[in-house]
Amino acid sequence: MNGVIAGITYRALLGRRRVWLLVLLPAVLLALAVLLRVIGADGERATVELLRTFAIGVMLPLLGVIAGTGVIAPEIDDGTIVHLLSKPISRPVIAQTKFLVAASVVAAFATVPTFAAAYLLIGLEAGVASGFALAALVGGVAYAAVFMLLGVVTRHAVTIGIIYAVIWEGVVGNFVPGARRYSVQQWAQTVADQVSSSAFLTTDIGIGFAVSALVVVSVGAVLWAGRRLRSFSLTGDE
Amino acid sequence: MNIELAQVSRWYGNVVAVNDVTMTIGPGVTGLLGPNGAGKSTLLHMMAGFLAPSGGTVTLDGTRIWRNHEVYRSIGLVPEREAVYGFLTGWQFVLSSARLHRLPDPEDAARKALALVEMEDAADRRIETYSKGMRQRMKVAAALVHEPRVLLLDEPFNGMDPRQRMHMMDLIRAMGTAGKTILFSSHILEEVERVAQHIEVLVAGRHAASGDFREIRRRMTDRPHLFRVRSSDDRRLAAALIADASSGAVSLTEAGLEVRAVDFRRFTWLLPRVARDAGVRVWQVSPADEDLESVFSYLINRSG
Repeated sequence: MNGVIAGITYRALLGRRRVWLLVLLPAVLLALAVLLRVIGADGERATVELLRTFAIGVMLPLLGVIAGTGVIAPEIDDGTIVHLLSKPISRPVIAQTKFLVAASVVAAFATVPTFAAAYLLIGLEAGVASGFALAALVGGVAYAAVFMLLGVVTRHAVTIGIIYAVIWEGVVGNFVPGARRYSVQQWAQTVADQVSSSAFLTTDIGIGFAVSALVVVSVGAVLWAGRRLRSFSLTGDE
Repeated sequence: MNIELAQVSRWYGNVVAVNDVTMTIGPGVTGLLGPNGAGKSTLLHMMAGFLAPSGGTVTLDGTRIWRNHEVYRSIGLVPEREAVYGFLTGWQFVLSSARLHRLPDPEDAARKALALVEMEDAADRRIETYSKGMRQRMKVAAALVHEPRVLLLDEPFNGMDPRQRMHMMDLIRAMGTAGKTILFSSHILEEVERVAQHIEVLVAGRHAASGDFREIRRRMTDRPHLFRVRSSDDRRLAAALIADASSGAVSLTEAGLEVRAVDFRRFTWLLPRVARDAGVRVWQVSPADEDLESVFSYLINRSG
């Protein structure tokens, strides 16, 4: 962790337009919660469905894409990363710092609104609010790591990230049973299920597998990103 | 400190960008000269640790540069691309550089670096409000903040106005005199001439010439020159010119005469006299190969 790099990265990520992208999705989640409340559909089942499909299924991966790629991909694109890389700082430390910034941003923008939306609908009933908040936290951390890695290895990180979030996580992960074992949001839901006693939330992955998978993916992605940064090349315009 | 390149090559797929280059960059100012696309940036990126050589070694006083972040204690790099963090002020940018180097007194180091490039007045403005030349100077300040013994600059004068250019040239010269190892790339002969004591010429990825500026300049003027001459009687003039040893070859074309002068000075002295004696009126004399590319290609053919 390097404070100077973290400071610059926070400013780049939260400065100006990008912060509105980060605010937009949590705002939609809270608006949907308010709407459900207003029309009186604020039971435990509706709450779980909202959090499962929108908070964890849509908001979390997209926040992951925005923050995870946002901490590094634009700098690689325009060459400003050279300012950080041409310093006597080990590249894995730079990758870890970028990851911590992305993870903290996803955690803040996902965890709090998720908890708030659940609380607004059913209070603390059946541990749904805390379960999904924890799921958003661990899932957000994993997404931050994966999408930061994507930002390091490819120039099309945002496109690939969104396709991954929509196709794999959204469609395949939800409907193809075998693929569920390899989906961040399914692991996150397993964590939520572990905390919450709600009968409307069921998952078919073991908690041991889900937690190990989250840890392996997060740590592995950060280490790999550090390795790739060590070999970062400027190819020039020639 | 010395940067040593030993039989360095770099290729991208089937394309060879740098081909078997061996050179040593020592203290003082060295200009890396070559036309666009000659592989200057590729070579400079390898010296800066931002590209792996496909073959050969690039070292700084014997230490490998690639994948070694410790070299940045001694190396300052000014990349060609002008992008910098636009949301930072100049002061914040240079200070961040000092902090990333973990200097004992980063504020003091940043102040000195800003003074060196004469950017104190604009230091509190955001970099996005700067002109291209100002950004360039801020990048130089950030690269100099830890007083590196080696400074690498990729096309440093691009986008600067004449006054800024002059100032940057003075700064580079002064640092070279102070014993720093400075290498800058340029495709403009005049820039290199005014700043560098030593020149390395790169053409089509190959190391074409190396040495003192005057030596290279002499070789550039002593090379065979190609002239296109139009006159009232091309055939008669051709006969008169070929009789003298200063003309290597003369050919008659639709557009006039093409004369290859092997002795530049004698030829320019001779032409008007020969024409007068032969009673031929000369209408036009123009160099047919005066562009830098042809100078470079001559140098590479000669050394290769």
